[in-house]
Amino acid sequence: MPVLVNGILIALILVGLLILGASRMIRLVALQGALLSLMPLLITPHGLTWRVAALSLGSMILKGIVFPRLLFRAVKHAQVRRELQPYVGYSSSMVIGMATLAASFWLGGQLPLPGEAVSDLVLPAALFTILSGLFLVVARRKALTQVLGFLVLENGIFTFGVAVVGGIPFLIELGVLMDVFVAVFVMGIALQQINQAFEHIDADQMNSLKG
Amino acid sequence: MVVFHAVLPFVLAPLLAGLINKTKAVFAGRRGAPLLQPYYDLGKLLGKGAVYSATTTWIFRAGPLIGLAATVAACLVAPLGGRPGPLSFEGDVILFAYVLGLSRFFTVIAALDTGSSFEGMGASREVHFSTLVEPALWLGLAALVRITGQFSLHGVFSTLSPDVWTAHAPALALVATAFGIVFLAENARIPVDDPNTHLELTMIHEVMVLDHGGPDLALIEYASALRLWILGSLVVGPLLPQSGEGWEAVSFVAALAALAVATGVVESTLPRLRLLGVPKLLVGAGVMSSLALVLALV
Repeated sequence: MPVLVNGILIALILVGLLILGASRMIRLVALQGALLSLMPLLITPHGLTWRVAALSLGSMILKGIVFPRLLFRAVKHAQVRRELQPYVGYSSSMVIGMATLAASFWLGGQLPLPGEAVSDLVLPAALFTILSGLFLVVARRKALTQVLGFLVLENGIFTFGVAVVGGIPFLIELGVLMDVFVAVFVMGIALQQINQAFEHIDADQMNSLKG
Repeated sequence: MVVFHAVLPFVLAPLLAGLINKTKAVFAGRRGAPLLQPYYDLGKLLGKGAVYSATTTWIFRAGPLIGLAATVAACLVAPLGGRPGPLSFEGDVILFAYVLGLSRFFTVIAALDTGSSFEGMGASREVHFSTLVEPALWLGLAALVRITGQFSLHGVFSTLSPDVWTAHAPALALVATAFGIVFLAENARIPVDDPNTHLELTMIHEVMVLDHGGPDLALIEYASALRLWILGSLVVGPLLPQSGEGWEAVSFVAALAALAVATGVVESTLPRLRLLGVPKLLVGAGVMSSLALVLALV
């Protein structure tokens, strides 16, 4: 199993870097989420149980199907297909992503884990995904891409949880998934509201609201 | 046997270009030029005289010569089928990458020397893209060196046994992919550049050699055939197990031929990227190489 887990983690990192360099990222973020939801199946301390299968399936449906649908709908209403003027360009974002990755590997080496991790890559991959999500939230102008950054951030936390703790208690996991679901739902509605009120979803212009 | 190995690339290199063209012709439903056409072309060009513009200096004439000399130097350290290149030594990885850079540098300044804004544009594009390709090449080589602990190309390739592959599969796969992109970009192939186009808005490499003719053009063509061979061996090398037995030269050449056919297939099936899309692809290759290096360092 460690080979498969490593494969998924590396695919996760590569997709994360692609997301940093892409202007249309909904599908990529969905792919990242779908990849991640395979993780619980591979890392099971007690073998394959209904619990694990349900968790995996639930997160697959939410992250792979429901979220992208919601966001595509919001996009359709707001009529922005992609980010045109990010604060940080796509190629520089990728280069910054590389630096972040190196930092994550360094940091991952510094942090001792309780118990034994499934793979050496888990911690760096999780840290990288979290940090790249944060970076997206900061470096992109449109509300939509910021929502996607938030999703990437959540993917990172999910990686961390699944792989490091070896299966978070079911209820907590479900609760987190619910939270994210509600968050995306609310943000989707908020996107539409912002768009209706201002005819764009450029979050930068909200700065002028500061007194 | 050593002489045989040393001579092989210089004899067979133009054949790869012929193979690519043949594959493309088959895909397009044409009969295509004969496989040996690149040799005929070289012979024809060598028999011609050259015309030099009055605005050019010695740099223009030196460009093709130094370009070919540097490529030959790179060819002499590149391993072939598990045997070291004739001039292989510890640390030749660095020489290898630098002489390739030197050859490009002289192609570029020879293009600038013509004083044509058109060629200047090509030179600018070439340099722009190569700044993106070189990190991919260098970091990929660094990852290979780190994984194998060897500092010569031959050492690197001969250490990459199936055991090493299973231990470092993700990193090696990333390097191989990145080198594949480097191979296409450095040889001015689709999706980065189209070697056949003479449409001024899109071409990169071809535009820089427009003013060269006759023997100079022959040198340039031959150097680019050698470059195809060398960078091809960089792609094929890590993928083939090499221990230095006789038949491996055959399998190596066969793998190169397969690579040429694959390139022909890629050229026939993929569209050329928009000029603005090329940097993304190249940065992507660089990212893969650096990820491989990070994985190798852990």
